[in-house]
Amino acid sequence: MSENPNNWPLWEVFIQSKRGLDHKHVGSLHAADAQMAIENARDVYTRRQEGQSIWVVPAVAISASQPDDAAMLFDPADDKTYRHPTFYQMPEGAKFI
Amino acid sequence: MTQQEALFAYCLRRGDDNLILSHRLSEWCGHGPQLEEDIALTNRALDLIGQARNYLQYAGTVEGKQRSEDDLAYLRAERQFMNVKLVEMPNGDYAHTIARCFLYDAWHLPLQQALMNSADEQLAAIAAKAVKEITYQLKTSGDWMIRFGDGTEESHRRAQAALDELWTYTGELFETDEVDAVLVKAGIVPEMGPIKAAFDAKVDAVLNEATLKRPADGFMMTGGRQGKHTEHLGFMLAEMQYLQRAYPGATW
Repeated sequence: MSENPNNWPLWEVFIQSKRGLDHKHVGSLHAADAQMAIENARDVYTRRQEGQSIWVVPAVAISASQPDDAAMLFDPADDKTYRHPTFYQMPEGAKFI
Repeated sequence: MTQQEALFAYCLRRGDDNLILSHRLSEWCGHGPQLEEDIALTNRALDLIGQARNYLQYAGTVEGKQRSEDDLAYLRAERQFMNVKLVEMPNGDYAHTIARCFLYDAWHLPLQQALMNSADEQLAAIAAKAVKEITYQLKTSGDWMIRFGDGTEESHRRAQAALDELWTYTGELFETDEVDAVLVKAGIVPEMGPIKAAFDAKVDAVLNEATLKRPADGFMMTGGRQGKHTEHLGFMLAEMQYLQRAYPGATW
């Protein structure tokens, strides 16, 4: 489908379910421009009261890490438990950390 | 004509306009030009059927003959439907479908906004709920008119052709008769003058931005409000009412 030159560009959709919460990625859709993408997102992704705010981002504007690089990027963190706060013992008498 | 008779007739008109347009739009389900548009049109059809249900339920209550919304929708014959001809016209191409929605919405929104002030509490409540939906519908159909009109040569040509063909069906939206007169007097429904003015202003603004030409007011179709329809309605009802006609009383 994406090979059809008549297709509209792809947009990634982020929905905020409640004020104060973050916008979460919910999926993608096709639209000719940002305005249409918001309207389409409203119809495709908020039909069941999922949200109260919509962000749309052109899919081409998103740069992603390569799955093949996953080992290089993420595995080195495996044995570095000292990066978690729970690695450290609470000093005696410290109440708020 | 008593006020009760007028109110019943009025509810049927409002209900039938929404019901018939909803069914027409539902014919696009699975055939939309894009998945997203397909869903958007289906949502629109569902909004309209929700509005139709409110009116037909109330019509049944006002009439007081134990007829349900389903009885009214599925067991009336063609000549008993009181919708304008505009909504029963076949969908045509997408520009045609959208142009029809736009003309309908541009009339529907100011009408329902005015109905929010109805002396009849039920009509006011129905309108208050519908106005939010119609506000969005008018925005999207207006956006599409601008896209088509100010788009490519072909989209402009198709949108203009749709407007030219549908324009003669807009006169009916503003017709008034004894039903309206009785209800206007009682403060239950609004005068048509301000609705027409709002329609004109919206249509002019959108068509101007869309670089489309507003067709001249000439001959206008009529008859829908008296149950005199085009040849298209019968075929549509044959499909819409098939199940209840073939299996009377069938339920989900």
